Amino acid sequence: MLRYRKSLSELGGFNFRIRGAIIAMLILSALLLGRLFFLQIINADYYQLRAENNRINISPILPNRGLIYDRNGHVLAKNYSSFVLELWANGVEDLDQVLDDLNDLVAISVEERALIEKALKRAGRFSNIVIRDDLSEDEIARFTENSYRFPEIKLSAQLYREYVYGDLTSHLLGYVRRISEADLDRLEQRGLRAAYINSDWIGKRGIEAFYESKLRGRLGLNHVEVDSKGTELRVLEQQQPVGGEDIFLTIDITLQKAAFDALGNQNGALVALDPNNGSVLAFVSKPGYDPSLFVRGFDQKTWREIRDSADRPLVNRVSDGVYPPGSTLKPFIAIAGLEEQVRTPDWSMWDPGFFSLPESKYKFRDWKKGGHGEVNLHKAIVESVDTYFYKLAHELEIDKIHRYLVQFGFGSKTGIDLPSEASGIAPSKEWKKRRFGQPWYPGDTISVGIGQGYNLVTPIQLAVATAALANGHKLVRPVLSRSGTYSPSNITSGHSSQIPHKPLMLSPQHIQVIKKAMEDVMKTGGTAAGAARGADYSMAGKTGTAQVFSLRGAEYDKELLEKKLLDHALFIGYAPADRPTIALAVVVENGGGGGSVAGPIARKVFDAYFDMQP
Amino acid sequence: MSKVLTQAKNFGLALVLMWVVARAPLGYLSRLAMPLYLLAIFLLVLTALIGDEAKGAQRWLDLQVIRIQPSELMKIALPLMLAWYFDRYERVISPKYYLIATLLLLAPVILILKQPDLGTSILVFTSGFFVLFFAGMSIRVLGFIATLSILVMPFAWGMLEPYQQTRVLTLLNPASDPLGAGYHTIQSTIAIGSGGFLGKGWMQGTQAQLNFLPEGTTDFVFAVLGEEFGFIGVLVIFLAYLALLWRGLQIARLAPSLFSRLAAVSITLTFFIYAFVNVGMVVGLLPIVGVPLPLISFGGSSAATVLIGIGILMNFRSNRRLVQT
Repeated sequence: MLRYRKSLSELGGFNFRIRGAIIAMLILSALLLGRLFFLQIINADYYQLRAENNRINISPILPNRGLIYDRNGHVLAKNYSSFVLELWANGVEDLDQVLDDLNDLVAISVEERALIEKALKRAGRFSNIVIRDDLSEDEIARFTENSYRFPEIKLSAQLYREYVYGDLTSHLLGYVRRISEADLDRLEQRGLRAAYINSDWIGKRGIEAFYESKLRGRLGLNHVEVDSKGTELRVLEQQQPVGGEDIFLTIDITLQKAAFDALGNQNGALVALDPNNGSVLAFVSKPGYDPSLFVRGFDQKTWREIRDSADRPLVNRVSDGVYPPGSTLKPFIAIAGLEEQVRTPDWSMWDPGFFSLPESKYKFRDWKKGGHGEVNLHKAIVESVDTYFYKLAHELEIDKIHRYLVQFGFGSKTGIDLPSEASGIAPSKEWKKRRFGQPWYPGDTISVGIGQGYNLVTPIQLAVATAALANGHKLVRPVLSRSGTYSPSNITSGHSSQIPHKPLMLSPQHIQVIKKAMEDVMKTGGTAAGAARGADYSMAGKTGTAQVFSLRGAEYDKELLEKKLLDHALFIGYAPADRPTIALAVVVENGGGGGSVAGPIARKVFDAYFDMQP
Repeated sequence: MSKVLTQAKNFGLALVLMWVVARAPLGYLSRLAMPLYLLAIFLLVLTALIGDEAKGAQRWLDLQVIRIQPSELMKIALPLMLAWYFDRYERVISPKYYLIATLLLLAPVILILKQPDLGTSILVFTSGFFVLFFAGMSIRVLGFIATLSILVMPFAWGMLEPYQQTRVLTLLNPASDPLGAGYHTIQSTIAIGSGGFLGKGWMQGTQAQLNFLPEGTTDFVFAVLGEEFGFIGVLVIFLAYLALLWRGLQIARLAPSLFSRLAAVSITLTFFIYAFVNVGMVVGLLPIVGVPLPLISFGGSSAATVLIGIGILMNFRSNRRLVQT
């Protein structure tokens, strides 16, 4: 039986509490409405933007990278299309399972797996990562048949870089490789991050790195509507990519090949220039490496092998390698002697086979036992008389030598269009104080006279200094690429007004004296006479044999020394002697004598050069 | 489309249940209260022992013919039971009865919490609590309990399942785990916020239609409405709910017995809690607990529970006149 009787007080309590509940509900509702007001009215724009960002996947379209040509229009670096598998980071539920399944169709190594896992962790929810590239036709076919099983994996074509000449141009061109986290950080700092995507290519080393901004082009963008699984629904908007500019090098690939072959299997560097405008004709550093390894990626083991190899194949010896110049420095010391009027061409001295500082018993020995007899400047260069230069250096003193070495570009970067370059060392009192906090001793100057001691030069510096002697009046800036468009006349004639150079503040007569001596180096009686024998053109040069291993004042037996302690063989030279069109520098590491080893290499390059001339 | 049909079927069945309950004879509901409660408790225990596990929780009981969620039944059974209890002992009421009522309340709450289903246990708890409150439980005692529970909270925290802890922590800072626990909250606030004042239009919500918003038909349906119909649409829904609540409280105030009064007020306020907890979670004010939006979310159990509740209110309304005359 239902009852309908309540005391009024109870009824009042009940109604009182109902009112309380109503107030509470209104307050809570107001709270929700306030929140909704905040979301939908105050911040609507912000959330609309975020909803759009969810919905619209801006997928980049990579531009075609510019090609690299040699001066005659031979392609050195080009692009080829390769198929890659990309994984939508958002679509993956069980990565291991997906990769296991995929492995049956397309092999994925353990190393690749680790990389994929790492990349996936870094990747944002709606980004995609490359899980395999360079698929073979079989793999493409197998995957295509089974692609329905992998909705989260997309097969797409990407452009890869091919270096037509492989290790022949490795140090010259550098390479492109997949962009790394560190690269992205650097780009971020330079404000260029937006121009690159996560799985992008970036130029490393050489021309690829230096001309990255030209070669790269500009990303295109695809605005695609996607759902939460990353499935592309429709293209909303498209901005076409802009292809990169082609780069035309001053290099002649035929000469490059000749230089590469001439060096044989020895470690070293050879660089040849047009002495009139600085165009680099050949640029070889040995050993090279296979640039495609970097493009396709390699495992840790291969990387360590390359990186830790005793031959240091990754060092660009032309511009980053520093060597004692040895006797190749003598022509430049001689110029200083003439300019400073410490020597005249006719002044001569008796060479007993050694030089000693006054009040010292220590003997700086000449390379020739017993000495060269009566020696003037010409003979001193032709026969590379150490004693003459010991004495000359001593009388000049280091700071005067320094002044002339600097004029020839030693001790500072040549400004070649490469991402990195060593400065070498043109020593001075001030330099030694700064570097070692020690005063300069007179003995230090003596060895500088023959290019030993503190001197260090890069092969490109040697070539530029040689080119200055060859053209007789200016220090050119070496260039690998002069213009974006191919124009043979532009390259070969070279408007001198446009070519950056520094005029030499030297007497032409003095330069002529030196050049005459360097011509005679290549003739009977000269240190490189053998290298020039039988040539149908004239040439000039200077040999150098730089001590790596210093046995002061004593003789040593080559046979007993390890190969890596052997002297570096050097040669600088130009041809034809009267109106030079090619100047070069050769360094053969631990090669032995400059005249017997480096000279013949230069000869082969000269021969190849003149064979090509019409 | 199949979802629409399924829901239509769910609603049809639930409407029939509502009608049956609404037409039940006088006194029938109060007599049913205790057996229903005991049945619900029995089923809850059974679920704990042999229930199906889904998404890490044991909530469903497969009775071959029908799969039911006993906790849903408890949402109705508990307020009826407590209302009946206070009605029965109305004249002899003393603090002891409140204590017993509290135990009757806590038993199912704990069983549901163990499943674990934090959302439902909160709803069941509040539905019972409202009965206690409107049965005149001392406000001082309530204040004392409230203070006590705040003090106990740190210990209770330790008793929560790790996933429940994550949900609460994520609420405080959804951005801390944007792809994991915070994903729901972030996507639902984006959906609602991007709806703006007028909304994107029916079926035009990119968050909902492109599946960025998870559970867009069930627990997060409010976000879809907010996205597609904007602040205006949300206001309409609020007004509709307020009208329903107003009507429910009206019925409670004029209900013929203490039983019907307590049951009606509890059912009505529980609707409010449903809606509040659901909307609060969707707009990112409350942690994510599985509470559907009454009458809107997809799902048979929820529709049945809410419509049966409305049926009870209708029953009280129609029986009032009979008693008064």
